[in-house]
Amino acid sequence: MLMSHEWLRAFVPHTLSPDELRDLITTHVATVDGVVRLRADLHSIVVARVVQAARHPNSDHLWVTKVDDGRGELLDVVCGAPNVVEGMLYPFARTGTVLPAGLTIEKRKIRGETSNGMLCSARELGLGEEHDGILALDTLGMDVAPGTPFLDAVPVGDVRYEIDVLANRPDLQSHLGLAREVAALTGASLGDPAELFELDAMSGDLRFGDGVRGRVPTAGGEAVVDVYRAGSGGAHVQLDDPDGCPRYMGVVIRGLAVGPSPEWLSLRLAALGLRSISNVVDATNYLLHGYGQPMHAFDLSTLAQSTIVVRRARPGETLVTLDGVTRTLDERMTVIADAERAVAVAGVMGGRDSEVTEATTDIFLEVAYFAPRYVRATRRALGLSTDASYRFERGIDPDLAPRALALAAQLIVKVAGGAVDGQAIDVGAAPSNRARVSITSARVERLLGARVSGDDISRLLSSVGFSVTARGDVASTFDVVAPPWRNDVARDADLVEEVARLRGYDALSDEVMPFRPGTVPDHALHVTGRRVRDALVGLGLFEVRPLPFVAGHDETHVRVDNPLADDEPHLRVSVLETLARRAEYNLSRMQGNVRLFEVGSVFSPRAGALPAETIRVGLLVMGLRSPPHYTDASKDVFDLWDAKALGERVAAVVYPGRPITVGPADGDVVLWRISADGGEVGTIERVALDTPAWASDAYGVEVTLGRMPSAPVAAPGTHDYSAGAPSGLAARQHVTYRALPTMPPAEFDLALLVPDGVTAAEVEHLLRRSAGDLLERLELFDEFRGAGIPPGHRSVGWRLTFRDPVRTLRDKEVDGRRQKILRTLETELGVKPRTA
Amino acid sequence: MTLLEFQLACSALADEAPALINGAMSLDAWGEVRNALLGRKAGRLTELMALLPQLEKEERRAAGAAVNTLKQKIETWLDAAKAALESSAPPAPRHDLTMPGRAQWKGAVHPVSLVIDEICDIFRELGFTVALGPEAESSWYNFAALNFPDNHPAMDMHDTLYLKGDGVLRTHTSPVQVRTMQAYPPPVRILAPGNVYRRDFFDATHAPVFAQLEGMAIDEGITFADLKATLAHFARAFYGARTPTRLVPSYFPFTEPSGQMEVFFDVGDGRGERWIEIMGCGLVHPAVLEAAGLESERYSGWAFGMGPARIAMSRFSLTDIRLLYDSDIRFLEQFA
Repeated sequence: MLMSHEWLRAFVPHTLSPDELRDLITTHVATVDGVVRLRADLHSIVVARVVQAARHPNSDHLWVTKVDDGRGELLDVVCGAPNVVEGMLYPFARTGTVLPAGLTIEKRKIRGETSNGMLCSARELGLGEEHDGILALDTLGMDVAPGTPFLDAVPVGDVRYEIDVLANRPDLQSHLGLAREVAALTGASLGDPAELFELDAMSGDLRFGDGVRGRVPTAGGEAVVDVYRAGSGGAHVQLDDPDGCPRYMGVVIRGLAVGPSPEWLSLRLAALGLRSISNVVDATNYLLHGYGQPMHAFDLSTLAQSTIVVRRARPGETLVTLDGVTRTLDERMTVIADAERAVAVAGVMGGRDSEVTEATTDIFLEVAYFAPRYVRATRRALGLSTDASYRFERGIDPDLAPRALALAAQLIVKVAGGAVDGQAIDVGAAPSNRARVSITSARVERLLGARVSGDDISRLLSSVGFSVTARGDVASTFDVVAPPWRNDVARDADLVEEVARLRGYDALSDEVMPFRPGTVPDHALHVTGRRVRDALVGLGLFEVRPLPFVAGHDETHVRVDNPLADDEPHLRVSVLETLARRAEYNLSRMQGNVRLFEVGSVFSPRAGALPAETIRVGLLVMGLRSPPHYTDASKDVFDLWDAKALGERVAAVVYPGRPITVGPADGDVVLWRISADGGEVGTIERVALDTPAWASDAYGVEVTLGRMPSAPVAAPGTHDYSAGAPSGLAARQHVTYRALPTMPPAEFDLALLVPDGVTAAEVEHLLRRSAGDLLERLELFDEFRGAGIPPGHRSVGWRLTFRDPVRTLRDKEVDGRRQKILRTLETELGVKPRTA
Repeated sequence: MTLLEFQLACSALADEAPALINGAMSLDAWGEVRNALLGRKAGRLTELMALLPQLEKEERRAAGAAVNTLKQKIETWLDAAKAALESSAPPAPRHDLTMPGRAQWKGAVHPVSLVIDEICDIFRELGFTVALGPEAESSWYNFAALNFPDNHPAMDMHDTLYLKGDGVLRTHTSPVQVRTMQAYPPPVRILAPGNVYRRDFFDATHAPVFAQLEGMAIDEGITFADLKATLAHFARAFYGARTPTRLVPSYFPFTEPSGQMEVFFDVGDGRGERWIEIMGCGLVHPAVLEAAGLESERYSGWAFGMGPARIAMSRFSLTDIRLLYDSDIRFLEQFA
């Protein structure tokens, strides 16, 4: 929302500088995002008086003047303007001043006469094309002391504020609304801008009489039809859609002359960056931005039968709006129509055929209250947002219409001439939405944490328009009625905010208060996620947080109804699929050593419910296993055995203390399946990538951490928020210590000839079973094929370590076990020892 | 001598022997150590064995087992040490110690996670724990329970990605407020970090998915002053003890009064020091407490929400938010 400093000051005569006002508004009302000094380039120009002017002795068109610039000593200034007059005021650039065009004024001699500065023309100041002479300020009605900064004397140096007005404060969408706050905060008084009344012709004496009220339908009466009608000044209004337009007002003005606006009016709008269009249109924009009441002027002669009908659009009805676009309307939209066709989209934009042109002499001026949700729906349907729709959508002051209409008519007559014909037409009634809320000072103290006296509560609320009545003699409970422009106020918390912000949040204490510990344990998935993240970072992987959108299938993937990109409309079902794309991204940047992981959500569709959401960790590795070093010429890359160990490690970290198995899978993609407590929790995979020839194989691991419960609507107290996952405490790792060994171990190696078709796991299973309880460690240390090994076999070496916790094992005992193991292996698997 | 004294002597020697053996740096020294431990005349173990006859007869068996175990251990250790001494290579040539060391790959936590961790660490000291909630959320939790008026311009601040039926991709972490209040009785002090979604273009300054971090405190007697003090404490802990902070009005449907915490600092964008909004906050709206099943007259609370990605942008001087998503190894390894 753009605001003008000068315009605000026309409503409230405060004495704050722009920076002070910015801070005041930000700390009490709404954030000021920007302060733009519109003519900062003129800040060193001053007003000066020409005390004496004489012809230059060596020139027939130059003057030698004595200038009072307010510093006491008169300055000699040479001037070439034909219109310099003794005693008049002009803008003056002292020596050292830089003019807007970039020229620096220096002391110099002009045809032998010294000149200490320059009297400026409008063009030299960038104020217009006028260059017939210097800018005479007296003719602008100026009477200020020499030395006054030019920008203080002439309102071209306005300051524009960019204010972040949020959805709850539609009242701040006008200078009046913001000025009301400034008045409350500074104590300055609020009033209508003098410019509306002060000058010439119409001196605030415009009267409508009581206005012409529309007939209100009454059940059982003669007007049972749901129609509101009224007419005056030769125009007729019929309100057929009181839902979309609760109140419609208007007045006829005849005999006006459309033309350029006076300078003060153009300047007001220019300060907001708005172009001056014509005196009539500018006047309506003045009321829009000044008072927050959107309004529209129709060329009365273009309205069939001088009639206005407020109704729903007919299906397929079209209208060319002011921006020249042909809009196709539908019956959800409220339109303003004449006797035949739509002439404006209610509250959004007028039509081109009925707009005010230079030829216009009679207008119908519309001032209405359009219902916010209807304007919102229409604006969205048409994709057309305007200053008017923006305000109607958020809700303007429903009581403002009569006053805004009077002011607008007055302003139009003032700037464009003509006269009001008849009385104001007024049909329908604006909704009364003034909230009635009671509040106690105890409640204010309990929520704010600061004692605010009843008097202060009453004073602060009253200052911004609330009517406050103390209940009983002790001023501690108040009945409060919100002003009509505050549609955001509904309950006492809203009043607490009013008190707090008007008092200033700064006034509150900065002392951290004692607190009771909370009842919520750390979420288990967070605890586990952090633990697995720390482990993987320690193993040299990078955590990533990529976008989770993929191209999937509606059967298997959750589809986003309104996706950002049509080529990736689905949510991922696995972390690995996004990691694979990230790996390809790195490969395309010639980065082949990729080690990525993510702990994140994956989604799968569930009929009639929110998608099933699961938290998983995924990792992807490819490229060199370790940074190259000169001592090791080999360039080993990650292979499936690295992937298997990473999978085992991740599973152990995610499921501490639980039995984990990693079993071979029969797939080209899935190499192993990981189970914990007997249930499958993840996979170890070969990851297919779109890879360049130089890239090595990529491997991935994905392990489920747990389900994220997501009941769509839970009844209080019955919610399964923490169900489906262990508590944070249970997810923490608790280890039970095993006593350190005191007895010596006994070890031996077995080199076994394993026939093809027999797996290492089968051999190990037998080894463990036949070795008995005293087997402490079983380590596969070698695999060999080739010379000396019978065809169809491989030699695999295991080292077995035995230990008895309380005694030393005897050689005979250990050898006995060895023999038993070998017998079992040969009998059950056909595995024999390899003989030297 | 009692059995206990004998066993203690054995275990003392068991403790002492490895140090003696490991101290032998040559075969000669090894021979001396062996002699000192097992030598026939004055070997420590030999001396222990010589004590056996002093024990009661019925205790000698157990004592003998203990000393035999010890003997085996010592012999094993000695054998291993001898083997190592015999096989050890001739002294290596002097290394050029300026050569590079042998590194392991370094990993790194994502910069956004670094920021989240740092924020959580500060609030943990104030008794906060971490709560989570689903990213695929119902519109009830995302909007209605948080007092969003139906079809209201406040919704325009949340350009939403919709799922089939009633689902949305949550537009903020605030739904976790309601889920947590429903599941646990007050007092509640939680942080809720997580991803949120907006229908926004993916360019240098916008992303359709980004991290948000919610905080909430609910109890009897929680006040707006408490909110201000806590957040100011956080801001000073995060940005420096002398950083100026201020709390100014703002608007969120789910808080009342609402505010935003601002910090006066230089974000490094060349515009110098100025007030920068770091989070939105406010007292939890009574309608939200009621939606979660709490009595709004009895309990009060505050909540805040902040954007770790934006903080990471300024903290690490990032110029393009897409760096946080691209997962470029050359970017990530800068945080190792």
